[in-house]
Amino acid sequence: MRSCTELATPQLEAMPESTPAAVITQQGLGNLIEALSGQGFEVIGPQVRDGAIVYDRLTSVEQLPSGWIDDQSSGRYRLQRGSSTALFDYTVSSHSWKKFLYPDRQCVVSCERLKSGYSSDESDATDRPYAFFGVRSCDLHAIELYDRIFLQGPYVDSNYKRRRESCFIVAVNCGRASGTCFCASMNTGPRATSGYDLALTELPSSDSYHYLAEVGSLRGEELLSAIPHHPATETDLQDAEKLLATTSAHMGRSLDTRGLKETLLRNFDHPIWDRIADRCMSCANCTMVCPTCFCTTVEDTTDLSGSKAERWRRWDSCFTLDFSYIHGGSIRVSTKSRFRQWMTHKFGAWVDQFGSFGCVGCGRCITWCPVGIDITAEARNLQSSEMISPEEPSRSTYDSSNA
Amino acid sequence: MTVQTLEPVVRQQSFFGGMEERHIELITGCASNVRFAEGEFIAREGEPADEFFLVRTGTVAIECRVPHRGVMTLHTVSEGEILGWSWLFPPHRWHFDARAQAPMHALKFDGKCLRTKCEEDHDLGYELFRRFMYIVGERLEATRMQLLDMYGDRS
Amino acid sequence: MATALELAPATLLADPMLPLPYRIQRVKQETEDTFTLELVPTARHGKAAFAPGQFNMLYVFGVGEVPISISSDPAKAPAIQHTTRVVGVVTKAMRRLKRGDTIGIRGPFGTHWPVEEAVGKDVIIVAGGIGLAPLRPALYWLMAHREKYRKIVLLYGTRSPEDILYRQELERWRGQFDLEIQVTVDRAASSWRGNVGVVTTMIPRAPFDPTNTVSMICGPEVMMRFTAMGLQKRGMPDQRIYISMERNMKCGIGLCGHCQYGPLFTCKDGPVFRFDRIASVLNRAEY
Repeated sequence: MRSCTELATPQLEAMPESTPAAVITQQGLGNLIEALSGQGFEVIGPQVRDGAIVYDRLTSVEQLPSGWIDDQSSGRYRLQRGSSTALFDYTVSSHSWKKFLYPDRQCVVSCERLKSGYSSDESDATDRPYAFFGVRSCDLHAIELYDRIFLQGPYVDSNYKRRRESCFIVAVNCGRASGTCFCASMNTGPRATSGYDLALTELPSSDSYHYLAEVGSLRGEELLSAIPHHPATETDLQDAEKLLATTSAHMGRSLDTRGLKETLLRNFDHPIWDRIADRCMSCANCTMVCPTCFCTTVEDTTDLSGSKAERWRRWDSCFTLDFSYIHGGSIRVSTKSRFRQWMTHKFGAWVDQFGSFGCVGCGRCITWCPVGIDITAEARNLQSSEMISPEEPSRSTYDSSNA
Repeated sequence: MTVQTLEPVVRQQSFFGGMEERHIELITGCASNVRFAEGEFIAREGEPADEFFLVRTGTVAIECRVPHRGVMTLHTVSEGEILGWSWLFPPHRWHFDARAQAPMHALKFDGKCLRTKCEEDHDLGYELFRRFMYIVGERLEATRMQLLDMYGDRS
Repeated sequence: MATALELAPATLLADPMLPLPYRIQRVKQETEDTFTLELVPTARHGKAAFAPGQFNMLYVFGVGEVPISISSDPAKAPAIQHTTRVVGVVTKAMRRLKRGDTIGIRGPFGTHWPVEEAVGKDVIIVAGGIGLAPLRPALYWLMAHREKYRKIVLLYGTRSPEDILYRQELERWRGQFDLEIQVTVDRAASSWRGNVGVVTTMIPRAPFDPTNTVSMICGPEVMMRFTAMGLQKRGMPDQRIYISMERNMKCGIGLCGHCQYGPLFTCKDGPVFRFDRIASVLNRAEY
């Protein structure tokens, strides 16, 4: 089973062997954004809007959420502005990068009726390449999971491939964990270890902040060399280590992943699912904010004349009643079965399908659940109150070997 | 007398497989060869059931006449299979019609005769009831599946 | 060994999301609610071969797509047939199409019946209702390579005589080939001169050697479960029993997530599954 920390960059260039880390100022960040823009990238980064951090077009460093800190817990998100000039003191909000790599609405096929049948084409993609500015380690791992799904299976999603391969990633190591973060438990952070072109760590410096910049690719190295920077000192490196160790030690949530897949698969009929179902509204918020959820549906439409047809791919959720519909009815009718499907997929089936857990510990599902269901708490409840099933404990319910 | 020629026939039927020689003899003593033409009734609902059959060739349709629906076939009994267990329990009356679908050749067993022999030899009774129980169980399971209407709207 | 199955590799499909136009040669009404479309590609689309048991995503212009098993002779590809019931918006629209109309095809997708594993063994095929359609390609394959298999038995059950599919073909096969075909119905009027009883009742008498047989089953889930039980009763191991599952599919290529059956994607790990792989979860409610 691959550990979550093993990331594979789709860019085929090898990581430079030992490019020394550098330090850049806040102004340097501005240069970075400009340089990316100048190279033709559409820079996307965090901004404050409507009381939350959103990811949107970034044109200057002034747009970054200076001094903002988030307060997250089960079903609760608050953003507050403090007096510091830190640009990255918050963590993740409801947006994730899937919005750009795998848009919630995308035309995948367009057809035109001809005299003798019809013709069909992939729809044109004319987007500029993206540069993601401020990707947290958990989200980096989520992107890598998406790579496994959309690039490494028997069928490749060409839309995703196009967007992903041209994407430039500037990661940010978290100097703080929020109330619902548990990346440390999932081995997905807080430090970004690979999968980025550049990784920044915000460090206090005199009365402001400066940024340790680590290089992760040739592209990243080239970009760094084009903006003002000076070599990182030993102190800078140690400060970053200490900061990240502190972040790691102050996670808002934790999850014991040992044997978690087997525990879930053993307890298909555990009463915990009924208890969760009593609260769950199957609103699908969790799947919408989850950076690894990938389920989609398709909508076929025609124009008014009926001569042009399009197929649109839309995000979907296993929480909807008709998700599992086949003629006659749905397979998963009860809310209980749908929640169970989601959680056992994330921590159980995903392992068999893609070689690791499907959860990156970002905590979004906990924060954005309107009734505050916390999967780390529910996992703990299950683990501590587990009923031993009548079957032999060693008997595996899933056989992932090829038939 | 047909006892001499029928014993090997009875013995080779898998329904009686594993039975002791003396029981095979007893059973054969109650057995006879019968033939039915296509369409001929082997049994009628309500009539006395004092025999059972083991089909050797041909098929038997178990039927029921239902008002407004006509005659429905509920089950067909084929070669090597048993027809009839109403002889086992009072009031010993057939519950359904049984009709030969094709020219039929069967072993007929005298139920009255066998009931007496089972009373005298409980071991024989056990062996017969055990085998009939198995068949009744199979038919019940099959009937339940028919009840499920598996090919209905819902796959 | 049987000829290696030539499948349409994914790379030859321009884009697995792009439906390729096929022309309808014929629409045949099979039973009251079931019909067959006979299709030919309108242009050269690369290799159009398929393996028995695979399915296509069928697209009705502007209406939508449905996954339907291919039900024709693999040797006749690129011409293909699809047999389906009218069960929803798309199939209803499909039924209104006529000879000469165009339909979009994406595929073939999915795993196939174990025609290679069955070489040198007896084969027992048990079909229920429209389940005979995805098995028909396997029957064609077996007959085309008849000498490579020992006994071949087809047990076919439907609700009533009116629901029997491919009647003439069954009769022809019975006459022409060395294979044992037994048909039964769940219910019938007395005018039906054939077997009455669920399809599993034919298993105890079916002429195959359970220690050296491969079984292929397709039909409603309940029917497949009981059939597997019947075969197990005869002594067949789970590793030699294969069934075909059905789940909601939106893409057919393992990316939309809808067809997941536990960790298995019905579209790419199935639809044909070896029984031991799913036996323990088959009767779980809402799985």
